[in-house]
Amino acid sequence: MSTPDKLINFAKRPKIAVHKFSSCDGCQLALINDAVSLLELATMVDIVHFAEAGPLDEFAEVDLAIIEGSVNTHHDVHRIEMVRAKAKYVLSVGACALTGGIQALRNFTDEKELRHWQHDVYPEETEVIIEGDLATAKPISAYVKVDFELPGCPINTGQILRAIRQILFGVEPEKNVDPVCTTCKHAGVTCVMVAKNEPCLGPVVADGCDAICPKLGRGCYGCYGPAKYANMDAMIAKLKEMGLSDEQIKHKFHHINSQAITFHGVVARTISQ
Amino acid sequence: MNVENRTTKIEVPILARVEGEGALDLEITAGKITKCELRIYEPPRYFEKFLEGREPNEVIDAVARICGICPLAYQAGFSNAYEAAFGVELTPWIHDMRLLMFLGEWIESHYLHTHLLAAPDFLNYRSGIEMAKDYPNEVLRGVRLQHLGNEILKLLGGRSVHPNGMKVGGFYRAPREEEVAVLIPKLEAALKDAKDVVEWFSQLPFPDAEVPFKMVSLRHPTEYPVFATEVITSDGETFNINDYDEHFREFHARQSTALHSTTIAGEPILFGPLSRINLNFDRLPPHIQEMANATGIKWPSRNMFHSIIARSIEGYWAIERALEICRNYTYTDKPALEYTPKAANAWGAVEAPRGIQIDHVQLDERGYATAIRISAPTSQNLPCIEANLRSSLETFGLDKPDDELRLHAEMVIRNYDPCISCSAHFLTLNITRQ
Ligand code: SF4
Ligand code: SF4
Repeated sequence: MSTPDKLINFAKRPKIAVHKFSSCDGCQLALINDAVSLLELATMVDIVHFAEAGPLDEFAEVDLAIIEGSVNTHHDVHRIEMVRAKAKYVLSVGACALTGGIQALRNFTDEKELRHWQHDVYPEETEVIIEGDLATAKPISAYVKVDFELPGCPINTGQILRAIRQILFGVEPEKNVDPVCTTCKHAGVTCVMVAKNEPCLGPVVADGCDAICPKLGRGCYGCYGPAKYANMDAMIAKLKEMGLSDEQIKHKFHHINSQAITFHGVVARTISQ
Repeated sequence: MNVENRTTKIEVPILARVEGEGALDLEITAGKITKCELRIYEPPRYFEKFLEGREPNEVIDAVARICGICPLAYQAGFSNAYEAAFGVELTPWIHDMRLLMFLGEWIESHYLHTHLLAAPDFLNYRSGIEMAKDYPNEVLRGVRLQHLGNEILKLLGGRSVHPNGMKVGGFYRAPREEEVAVLIPKLEAALKDAKDVVEWFSQLPFPDAEVPFKMVSLRHPTEYPVFATEVITSDGETFNINDYDEHFREFHARQSTALHSTTIAGEPILFGPLSRINLNFDRLPPHIQEMANATGIKWPSRNMFHSIIARSIEGYWAIERALEICRNYTYTDKPALEYTPKAANAWGAVEAPRGIQIDHVQLDERGYATAIRISAPTSQNLPCIEANLRSSLETFGLDKPDDELRLHAEMVIRNYDPCISCSAHFLTLNITRQ
């Protein structure tokens, strides 16, 4: 059954939950920060669980569960399974939920090094950490089925309200398939790479942020994750030509969305480790 | 039933209206609190480790992600540390813009916290959404003020969560004069709103609760502290932020995966708006001092519940200060200074909305990080929250029903605006009575 068919049965007044996993809370701010829209949303749906905003009913049956954050602990593996079991649809939001987020940089360590990290940051009584911690920070989709995804670190208010509205109308939330460059061209923003020789990941990064960084005169660092059709080889060749070292290029992709296959795989293939 | 013999266990899965999640263990034996631990289950995120080997501006972009509510505190703290390390002297323009942007974060954070997270407690609502049904104008006024803070952040950073404008040595871009000018009438109108908020909050019912803790804040030579290098305490100590380790100790407590801080002697220390206003009352302009006195509160106050008023007064000050900066704004084509990276060790400190944010970097000759330390305001406050819970629950009355005890405990915790999203994610309240 295709998603639109399934969504035909979506409740007229759906129950919605917002769950947080390992994250900075920044994506849920897309709802709280715009309290006017949140109040309006509350007239159309029942928000049954949203800890930061107030309502608490963690494992209630819901039509839509919105998930922020990545899975970093044993406890959270259990929790996301429970949430999935009680939700008709799951919408993952933000780089943490989609790709593990910035904390997934831990995935490049091995177990021995991770132990060092644990002891360095938490020098005393680390058992509580060692016992609870997983060796990886992984996206929600690594553990349970996810129906819809919104990229970004953070996602923005327009994006999530549009997605919720589309779901309420029985339509699958649209995906941005273009790169950041598209917005630059439409908005008449001067290309920072051409004009200022600034490294910019815009050609391979998903549009949706309204090209914030080029508008500020700086290069994109990839917080919206990879664009659908990304020519990574050309991008890396260009960065090399601009004089960036392999280490600098690697760090650019191993950042906020380091586990996105497009970034992770290509860096491993193209750049000497 | 005899209180002494009652055994009860209450579990509340998550503390609502707090950024991040944690747990509270409360044990009451023979009418006394025998255990009171704020437990924080932090999936550690290891910023300190994975940022090793990174270049300065990558670190500035990365540390924003520690916290969605006060990303700029980390960006500003680290910028300060790098600029100290490389010997960069900010121009007055850059300094003013840093201050303006950070005041945007104060305004956004204070009005979000006071209206949506804290105020419902005083008026007996479970959420800001519920409160808005009976107090639509008040909530919308708070939201308007919060949005103004976001707008300031957006002006300089392109967006309010994880803004992208700041770099070591200044900003990527200077706003044009007309972009700044549009803020002026909004800030002017906000002054009236902000004053009304102070008046509204001063009429809230405040439970009694004296906190005995040592209060700590930054101290600026001439004005209310935001960026500064001097630290003062309510015991009359004064020292430079570089000597932080000689005065305070950060450690890991068994029940928590967030770090805790105390004095070297192990006493709790209070950071945040109440400490700031108490220790820097003389740095508020006289008419704001008058406004603060008109609330009927005798400053300095040791009632932790007055934090909501402290935040509203700081909000007013921040709007007025931001207005002054905008009125004097002139465009520059040099929004950032050049610098030569070098090996160094340096501290950076800022007054984040919730208290002092302290960062330390150790750098190699390319300016790449070899070691990083991050002390968030919440970790400094955790031992205080625990001690405050003990005393205020006893004052409140331990024989009260479990539900009331739980609500009161949550209210005490929310006064600190603990921002444990950087760390912690799960609060269960277990009350055991024996
Ligand atoms: S994706 Fe970014 S903004 Fe969203 S929760 Fe994760 S770190 Fe925060
Ligand atoms: S331009 Fe790139 S780094 Fe900047 S906000 Fe957009 S996606 Fe994120």
